Amino acid sequence: MISKRFWSWLALAFGILYFALPLLGTLEFSLRARRGVYSLDAYRSVLADPQFRETFTYSVVMAIFTILVGALIVVPTAYWVRLKLPKWRPVVEFITLLPLVIPPIVIVFGYIRLYNTSSFLPLTGSITGTNILLMLGYATLSLPYMYRAVDTGLRTIDVATLTEAAQSLGAGWGTILARVILPNVLVAVLSGAFITFAIVIGEFVLASLLNRPAFGPYMQLTGANKAYEPAALAVIAFSITWICMGLIQLVTRFSKHTNAKR
Amino acid sequence: MHSRKLPLTWVGMVPFTLFALLFLIAPTMYIVIGAFRTVDGGFTLSNLVNLFQPTILASYWISIKISLATALVGCLVGFALAAAVTLGGLPKWLRGPVMTFSGVASNFAGVPLAFAFLATLGRLGLVTVLLKSWFGFNIYAHGFNLLSFFGLTLTYLFFQIPLMVLIITPALDGLKREWKEAASILGATGFQYWRIVALPILWPALLGTLALLFANSFGAVATAYALTGSSMSIVPIMLYAQIRGDVLQDPHLGYALAFGMIVITGLANLAYVWLRVRSERWMR
Repeated sequence: MISKRFWSWLALAFGILYFALPLLGTLEFSLRARRGVYSLDAYRSVLADPQFRETFTYSVVMAIFTILVGALIVVPTAYWVRLKLPKWRPVVEFITLLPLVIPPIVIVFGYIRLYNTSSFLPLTGSITGTNILLMLGYATLSLPYMYRAVDTGLRTIDVATLTEAAQSLGAGWGTILARVILPNVLVAVLSGAFITFAIVIGEFVLASLLNRPAFGPYMQLTGANKAYEPAALAVIAFSITWICMGLIQLVTRFSKHTNAKR
Repeated sequence: MHSRKLPLTWVGMVPFTLFALLFLIAPTMYIVIGAFRTVDGGFTLSNLVNLFQPTILASYWISIKISLATALVGCLVGFALAAAVTLGGLPKWLRGPVMTFSGVASNFAGVPLAFAFLATLGRLGLVTVLLKSWFGFNIYAHGFNLLSFFGLTLTYLFFQIPLMVLIITPALDGLKREWKEAASILGATGFQYWRIVALPILWPALLGTLALLFANSFGAVATAYALTGSSMSIVPIMLYAQIRGDVLQDPHLGYALAFGMIVITGLANLAYVWLRVRSERWMR
């Protein structure tokens, strides 16, 4: 018994060491910009960089649009499949998991060739078009997470009864979705939204290959040219991921609380 | 009532189907078909045959080695951590933080992760400097290099281990207490219980997760690119350079390169799904 506990502690200690050191290392390195003393110079330099502000804003706006479009596609579909087409659920689920199987770099390679200036849908021909393409690409990347979150949320409510109740009160499909289904799965949509946000903010491959000024390529460029700023950027990026995951925990806990009260 | 007259249920699937077709399936099919096409549009296998040239084979090989190494070590360490937290007699409150951290860290891929390891194990990184000033040990003088096979593997493990913890913990929870008790009543030692009862039950889950971790690191680009630039010639980085500037000087060879990636990650995921179905037989 004692030896088992000893090995467990050893494994945990090793894990803590391996995971804590890079985080500590990054933090320490980001404070080293001034010789001899710890300072926030690297952060100051990052925050003062207009390119940081532009690319960060760009990625935040992208993330928001991705979340809106993703939710707009996923919520009605997941609802419809549960209500009317349960036989198709495995197929839809399989499709939503495909972005985890096909590497993103392959998907974006297809975009570049399929939507070039001489194609039937020349999205890469204009800046707006490329932005839309990138946003839809992000929606594709986050599809597995968004769909799973919403589908799990729908499982906890009685979709058929709610729909019939709403219909007998004279509601149309739009009203049912917006005012009956969505409020019931809002927590699920929010946790899907936060993970989408975390994915989009740091994403590199799609933005880089579509030549859009997003935060991921900016970080990569800074890494190639500066010494201490990359560490500061890594701290910022990690904090955003932590905040997003923390918010997911928070909304899930909040929803458990309200469910328990019922 | 009106929906009974005409089968209009498919209308609700139009937006999703269009989206999936246009931005997931068609782009992928374009690449797959391109891999089997000549420049004039005829059918050919020569693009695939051309993959078997030394530089491309070498990059597939190093990608496979890195993915296999990170998957194997990730599985072992992740399993040890998950076992320690679930079965190892550690305080119960530890479990929550470990699972939460795993959820976060499995998303720590990409450019920032490369920066974190450069800041820690790079030439001026925290650990490098501390080892030198405390023990007079210069890891770089002893053959360590972060921008290498070993360094990349070490970096990838930062998201591979947590993924393993997340996936294998439910399987470990599924090991029933009765099995352990039955084994010990029959006189089995702890080691025998693991070897004869627990591991055979967990085996499909372990192998399945191994396949998933393999696919997970095989497709990763950003971490490797930010860490090593284009000096490490793994397949995703070669494909990145090909998309940027046709370095292979043959667009259809580029399609074939991408097709090869889909085949490998596809097979790995297929193995995962198949083994998962097998493992769930015991996990009811």
